[in-house]
Amino acid sequence: MTRQQTQKLAAWLITGTAVVVIFPIVLVVVYVIIKGISTVDWEFLTQPPSNGMTEGGIFPALLGTLILTFGTAIAAIPLAIGAAIYLAEYAGDNRVTRTIRLAIVNLAGIPSIVYGLFGLGMFVLFLNFGTSILAGALTLGLMTLPVVISTAEEAILAVPSEFRVVSLSLGASRWQTIRHQVLPHALPGIITGVILGLGRAAGETAPILFTVAAFYLPELPKSIFDQTMALPYHLYVIATQVPGMPLEIQYGTALVLLFIVLSFTLVATVIRTVMRRRREW
Amino acid sequence: MTAKLSIQNLSFTYSDGAQALQQINMDIAPNELFVLFGPSRAGKTTLLRLLNRLSDLLEGTQRTGEVLFNGRDVFAPNTDVINLRRRIGMVFAVPTPLPGSIYDNLAYGLQMAGIRDRRVISERVERSLRQAALWDEVKDRLQDSAFALSGGQKQRMCLARSLALEPEVILLDNPTSGLDPISTAMVEDSLFALKQQYTIIMVPHSVQQASRVADKAAFLLNGEVVEIGSQQQIFINPKDKRTEDYVTGRFG
Repeated sequence: MTRQQTQKLAAWLITGTAVVVIFPIVLVVVYVIIKGISTVDWEFLTQPPSNGMTEGGIFPALLGTLILTFGTAIAAIPLAIGAAIYLAEYAGDNRVTRTIRLAIVNLAGIPSIVYGLFGLGMFVLFLNFGTSILAGALTLGLMTLPVVISTAEEAILAVPSEFRVVSLSLGASRWQTIRHQVLPHALPGIITGVILGLGRAAGETAPILFTVAAFYLPELPKSIFDQTMALPYHLYVIATQVPGMPLEIQYGTALVLLFIVLSFTLVATVIRTVMRRRREW
Repeated sequence: MTAKLSIQNLSFTYSDGAQALQQINMDIAPNELFVLFGPSRAGKTTLLRLLNRLSDLLEGTQRTGEVLFNGRDVFAPNTDVINLRRRIGMVFAVPTPLPGSIYDNLAYGLQMAGIRDRRVISERVERSLRQAALWDEVKDRLQDSAFALSGGQKQRMCLARSLALEPEVILLDNPTSGLDPISTAMVEDSLFALKQQYTIIMVPHSVQQASRVADKAAFLLNGEVVEIGSQQQIFINPKDKRTEDYVTGRFG
């Protein structure tokens, strides 16, 4: 083969792999949209399920997922950003820090059902929060931590070190330097990590299975110690546990869940793009 | 006259074991323009960064000896490093604007020092930009991004930025590297005015620049001081053969 031919072949192969990767994703999204779009209307979104869940809407589950995601954000964001700042700015390169980093990487790889069981043991039983929004949000927060810490740390480390040196040389303290020169410029990356983490939390079933999710609970939660329905678990329930379940409702629910998770990703992308464009260096 | 800065038996080793400075001794008088020159790896930048303790940022280094600033050791445990860096300003070899406007850059150090009064800040911004011979070029666009300035303007802005804090000493680490001859001349000109008010320690761009601007100079080689003397002595009648060879361009 000539060099030009090899070049062409390589280009085709690489394009091919990209198509192979993207194709199933597009297929899933399109399929769910086609099957589910006719079910999703205002009533579906705002009404509770009725008649043994074979009719009605998904409002309690939708609201539950939004509450849980919000709770996850409150539980995870401050802790994750604090940890990322510590690792990137304060921790030296020693055995303790290396162990912490290794632990974080490994935590990211733990199956979500294990987080669910840990949440059951720790929050539901040991801390006696019961099966509750609090226990569920903490479990989801814990699961989200490693992803957010890693992306936030990377974003912080990506801020050029000259900014720090210049800031310190102008008599700024270490914290002032972080506050005024590092965090503002790391913010797009941090926000991206947070949103992607939350998107994953919104779509997870296993961590909420034993900690918060209710099989069927038409009334809305009144406090963080109440149970709630949640979309991923609701979808699991209506897909496997309810006989005679109309397919449209299953696909409608799947579509709403997919929409929520994808919009997290979309928002993350938009924020990153806009902030990158504004960046001066 | 007592020295503004007195460096005594200063040695410094990096974490990889490379000895950057060995037994440095020198006194820098107030309002003097003191030049540190020598080939690369002589330890000039290392020495500058020890004076305002930017060397603290490196881990695993070793230092012995003292740097007395107005008679007090900058490495003493009770030294307020933040205050020290406000009083010993620094300009880096590569112009380093912070993201934001020209005004933001100039005001940053003042704001971090807790100065809130906008009138005070504006006055200091204007005065330091005038001192760095940049005011006329930027007075109508202080709110523009500092990254929009030319290389020479950026470097004068960095000079003005450290002057805004009204330090006592300014450390200039090759402030004209990468500048065209006109910009270089502007920076050099402003140095003569500045030393009326400040003590300046400068790593020059070249031997020629060193001899043009220096009141006093120290020739460094491989982390050691070869010779310290007046401009006359170092550049016209060097006592050490190595100084003579370097100044006349026989090596380096």
